[in-house]
Amino acid sequence: MVISSLKRAVGGAIFLACGLPAMHSARAQEKPYFVTYSYDLEEPGNLDIETKTALARPDGSTRYGAAALELEYGVLAWWTSELYLDGQTTAEESTIFTGFRLENRIRPLMHEHIINPALYFEYENLNGADKNLLEVVGHDGQSDLATPNDEARREHEHEAELKLILTSNVKDWNISENFIAEKNLGHSPWEFGYAFGAARPLSSRSGGRPCTFCAQRFMAGIEAYGGLGDTAALTLRETSHYIAPLIGWEAPKGLRLSFSPGFGLTETSLDRVYRIGVAYEFNQIADWFRHAGVAQ
Amino acid sequence: MKRTVVAFLCLFFSALIAFAAGHSHWNHVPAKDHERANPFASRQEAVAAGALIYGDKCAQCHRADARGDRRKRPSLRSELLRNATDGDIEWFLRQGDLAHGMPSWAGLPAEQRWQVVTYLKSIQ
Repeated sequence: MVISSLKRAVGGAIFLACGLPAMHSARAQEKPYFVTYSYDLEEPGNLDIETKTALARPDGSTRYGAAALELEYGVLAWWTSELYLDGQTTAEESTIFTGFRLENRIRPLMHEHIINPALYFEYENLNGADKNLLEVVGHDGQSDLATPNDEARREHEHEAELKLILTSNVKDWNISENFIAEKNLGHSPWEFGYAFGAARPLSSRSGGRPCTFCAQRFMAGIEAYGGLGDTAALTLRETSHYIAPLIGWEAPKGLRLSFSPGFGLTETSLDRVYRIGVAYEFNQIADWFRHAGVAQ
Repeated sequence: MKRTVVAFLCLFFSALIAFAAGHSHWNHVPAKDHERANPFASRQEAVAAGALIYGDKCAQCHRADARGDRRKRPSLRSELLRNATDGDIEWFLRQGDLAHGMPSWAGLPAEQRWQVVTYLKSIQ
């Protein structure tokens, strides 16, 4: 049931993206990471719409599919703003909306350096049934994901999350590290986590002819992420850690697809989590309204 | 006293104007980047490849004909680019100008940046 509903969702996203040939699209510098952020921001004026899906099965529970719809807008060349809408389907239980996230990323330095920082600020309004695993912090584990939806959704989480994003570009490799601090605004201590990613295109050179499946359209890499405990217990005991190879494809007309099988490294982690990303970028959306205004 | 102040202000603004006139856009490019050689200089296949990358990544702002919108998005067929070395342009693509809306393209593979430079030089 979960798989078929996700197939429909992915199919719908592909149909939507392929059905918009008249709209302008561009390929940004997006990397195929699911958890790690690089310092690359959205080009100013562009809107990127992406779905990130996570499929997994916690011990003692049924399979689930969680999806996050991400709307990312480039406000300025050094500032990107995002809205996430999260939901999930758990087999033999229910399909529910689990909340939203608002985030902003800024680049404080205007020039390129060996290590480039970006700062990330997020407000999350989620319920306890959220299973998207867009970050792993503190002592997050698969037991949190095994709680039945009816019970988990009663817990409301208002959280603030801060990330320090560091990125280097070394010989066409993108190397990014994230240090995460998250705080439940109602109670609970600060929780910490990390993410690390490295990715590069399969070919550095453009071939000079339009192509669909050429090497330059593919990126491959790996990411690792996990929790680092909290202020009450700053330890790696009972924390989750994952390692996940990545592959991304930039299809013609601005559509991007990515896939990553993630593998849990500790008993607290999920054994496996499969992630699928579908994205489409719209160029200079403010121009649409400007042109519409001129036409009137 | 008033005359001294006026004379000082005249001198200050004259110096400022003289500095601005002599200051090239590319003056702050580091010497090693300024002199960096384009590995694809004048190669036709690189022009074609650069044109494709330009269409994907640059045309949305600078327009397909690279003439910009005559407002915030500058034309890339200009004196400024004609006077620049290939190294200057590659450096600028890598750095961007975040404060004025130009993203950094350091995440693009170096060879693709040079292909874009080759294309931009071909249309001057």
